[in-house]
Amino acid sequence: MIERRKAIAAILQDRPDNLLVISGLGSPTYDVAAAGDVAQNFYLWGAMGGAAAMGLGLALARPDARVLVVTGDGEMLMGMGSLATIAAKAPGNLAMLVIDNEAFGETGGQISHTGKTTNLAAVALACGFRHVATAYKPTDLDAVKQLVLEENGPVLGVVKTSSDELPRVLPERDGHIIRNRFKTALAGQQHGESR
Amino acid sequence: MKADSFSFAGDDWRAGIFTALKAHGVRQMAYVPDAGHASLINACLADNEISCSVLTTEEEGVAVLAGAELGGQRGVMLMQSSGVGNCVNMFSLLKSCGFPFVTLVTMRGEWGEFNPWQMPMGQATEETFRRSGFIVYRADTGEDAAAMTGSAMRLAYDSKCPVAVLLSQRLIGAKDF
Repeated sequence: MIERRKAIAAILQDRPDNLLVISGLGSPTYDVAAAGDVAQNFYLWGAMGGAAAMGLGLALARPDARVLVVTGDGEMLMGMGSLATIAAKAPGNLAMLVIDNEAFGETGGQISHTGKTTNLAAVALACGFRHVATAYKPTDLDAVKQLVLEENGPVLGVVKTSSDELPRVLPERDGHIIRNRFKTALAGQQHGESR
Repeated sequence: MKADSFSFAGDDWRAGIFTALKAHGVRQMAYVPDAGHASLINACLADNEISCSVLTTEEEGVAVLAGAELGGQRGVMLMQSSGVGNCVNMFSLLKSCGFPFVTLVTMRGEWGEFNPWQMPMGQATEETFRRSGFIVYRADTGEDAAAMTGSAMRLAYDSKCPVAVLLSQRLIGAKDF
């Protein structure tokens, strides 16, 4: 079984300079922050179901960047229609990473649709995503990392993890601060590139 | 620009809205189709400088345009009043982070409505926006629609507010079957 926090840390280790990350509320936000609290992370603490669509708007606005949306199975299920919306636009620089513990971890670990019948990688493929991959064991993670960081998008990787609850790593919660920090970092990058 | 591949009919007041969107530098448009928005949607689709995303549900558009703003682009969402209720929790993204946001809403469930199923959301639209922290304009003439769109872009992107412009059913014309 894959440990979620180790998996995210491995995927984000030595992250490229042009990588922008949006994390879905709950554990994905804690996991992404634990892997390195950098200004190029936008943490969601609510707006459930919106992470993927937000990634689409950002990817369209910044074709020079690679956009990675890291979210959980529950959040992805709530925004499942946005997989169709993303595929219809087919941004080559957008990748999704679903941390799938087959449970609603924040609310008591109730079994989710992916623990019953739903396969989110298959859903993404059916919507028109270019490539998908699922990691079931630690040795599958390299392939998922390569998919979400390098393959022409839209791509979606699923990491099947245990539903153990890990210590929470709580980054900034004030959305105004998170947004300004992110935009300032982007402006700095753009400035740096133009010189 | 592909704008030459589309032109508004001479009496189509939506041309004024399009001009205002262009003047304010809109680069992304998210939409759930509506007959009342049809020519405006087609004008945006025909414009090389505007990237259009068709949505499966309106709440996606709130998040898409928040993402666009994070990346430095201005946007607008086109929807019908029946979609406003779908967005309510996603509107928290705007308030929680201070995202500017503009939506143009074709109204149903009011002036001359023939379909009773449109009434509940149509009648609740303005109040829903206000309770979600929006500034709300209501256009009854084409001239107002264009001017209000320009003002909405200014309020949103200069003064960091979410703004809704309601295009009244009287303006659009009640649907006939």
